[in-house]
Amino acid sequence: MDEFVRREIIMEHYQNPRNKKECHDDSYIKVNTSNASCIDNLDIFVKIDQGKIKDIIFNGEACAISTSSCSIMIESLIGKTIPEVQNFIENFEHMVNEEPYQEEILKEALAYQEIYKQNNRKNCALLPYKGMREILKKIKEDI
Amino acid sequence: MNREDFPMLQKEIIYLDNGATTFKPQCVIDAIVDYYSNYCANAHRGDYDISYHVDEQYELTREKVQKFIHAKEKEEIVFTSGDTESLNMIARGFFENILEKEDEILITQSEHASNVLPWFRLAKKIGCQVKYIPLDDQHYVTMENVKKSITPHTKIISLAYITNVIGDKRPIKEICQYAHEHNIFVVVDGAQSVAHKKTDVQDLDVDFLVFSAHKMCGPTGVGVLYGKREFLEELEPINLGGGMNESFDSVDEVLLKPLPTRLEAGTPNIAGVIGLGAAIDYLTSIGMEKIEDYEQHLRRYLVDKMIKIPHIDIINMESDSAIVAFNVEGIFSQDVAYYLNKYNICLRAGNHCAKILKKEVGVTNTCRISLYFYNTEEEIDELIDLLKDKEKIWKEML
Repeated sequence: MDEFVRREIIMEHYQNPRNKKECHDDSYIKVNTSNASCIDNLDIFVKIDQGKIKDIIFNGEACAISTSSCSIMIESLIGKTIPEVQNFIENFEHMVNEEPYQEEILKEALAYQEIYKQNNRKNCALLPYKGMREILKKIKEDI
Repeated sequence: MNREDFPMLQKEIIYLDNGATTFKPQCVIDAIVDYYSNYCANAHRGDYDISYHVDEQYELTREKVQKFIHAKEKEEIVFTSGDTESLNMIARGFFENILEKEDEILITQSEHASNVLPWFRLAKKIGCQVKYIPLDDQHYVTMENVKKSITPHTKIISLAYITNVIGDKRPIKEICQYAHEHNIFVVVDGAQSVAHKKTDVQDLDVDFLVFSAHKMCGPTGVGVLYGKREFLEELEPINLGGGMNESFDSVDEVLLKPLPTRLEAGTPNIAGVIGLGAAIDYLTSIGMEKIEDYEQHLRRYLVDKMIKIPHIDIINMESDSAIVAFNVEGIFSQDVAYYLNKYNICLRAGNHCAKILKKEVGVTNTCRISLYFYNTEEEIDELIDLLKDKEKIWKEML
């Protein structure tokens, strides 16, 4: 993905994050996710219906990378089945950690293709995915 | 000033995070290397020359600390791992034994975590209460508010001399005088003050003072607990073990050493203590008054330039120290810090371990500049140039 396009995507999602709002609906599974090394702090709320992600909402204080990454993750995951979500997360993590991954799956999330060049921001991009992993763990426990 | 003394300042970076830790002058590094290279032995084992020399240097540092903070006796100086351990020792080893259920501990919402959490735990354990002295419009502690907050149940007032986000100096001497008239103990967190201004514990009349070496050009992992002798005598050691006992035969027959050794169980951080001694020599050679004056001048220089930038909000317009907390309008503090990092400028974004301060100032996260005597006007000019162009920050923050 072209550097200019990557920047555009990130800034667009940072300035207009999807589903960034409060959530008081108990039917959502909630996690709080934060990084020890920085001040990003996000609440992520996920609603599952018949094995699929029906909705994701997030809120909190975080930098441009974390906020945009969460927004893109939300857009990418709504409508997906649990195995599809798992696959998406794995591919995203592989990309950030410079391991082989499938480009065609990640789409807009490819905006973080070169985030590995800034070591101190890798965790920012990964933060929402760390939260999503917690959610998956919770779902598994519930089953 | 004195930039040539610091190896870290020979690199192409502008370091503005001195509230977190300070750089070390070559003489401190040399003192530590000298110990490890030339007389590396344990303390308290004076049977052979190099160990005797260790004891001499270790105890010499105690005297240096005593003089530096103007303590009455050197036995009132206890070496710890730092400010945090010192405060925990005071809370657990001293106050846990004397506090009762109806007692109250007074702190403020601008204290560092290390001057909050030990009191929270103590309050939970005893069933007593932690209360807050309200801050004024500039987030300062006034004598009036101190007096208003004191009740017949107040037992402890524990405050930073200078806070780590606002940088305000508390009227400690007046507080001690008033508190002592009401039989209240005063504990002072000197983490942000001892490195930047002259400290005189006798003149202030504090009951306890704590600080860390690494914030005053010394090494990490070592700090000081000062206490008036009569109180240190009552401070129960948290750690028991080697070095601090006189003899032991059975559970009922344990005899501890006198102060301060009793409170320094195990092999101490010898290299660290020796490094702290070198740091005190170094700061003394410059002069604490000179350091304080220079930092005041530098802060004024910085603030005068910052207030001319319309998109910068300064959180602590008033401050007695060289700390400036600010935000760039519409940009998350961490993104500002990342942007400046691209130009090798180090400053801190976050809540700076003062998590309850947000209730007070209404802002959770800020950028914090904390200056030291080795910072310069030229460095500030570079910072200002980078901050004044909001478009540039916006463009380059990713």
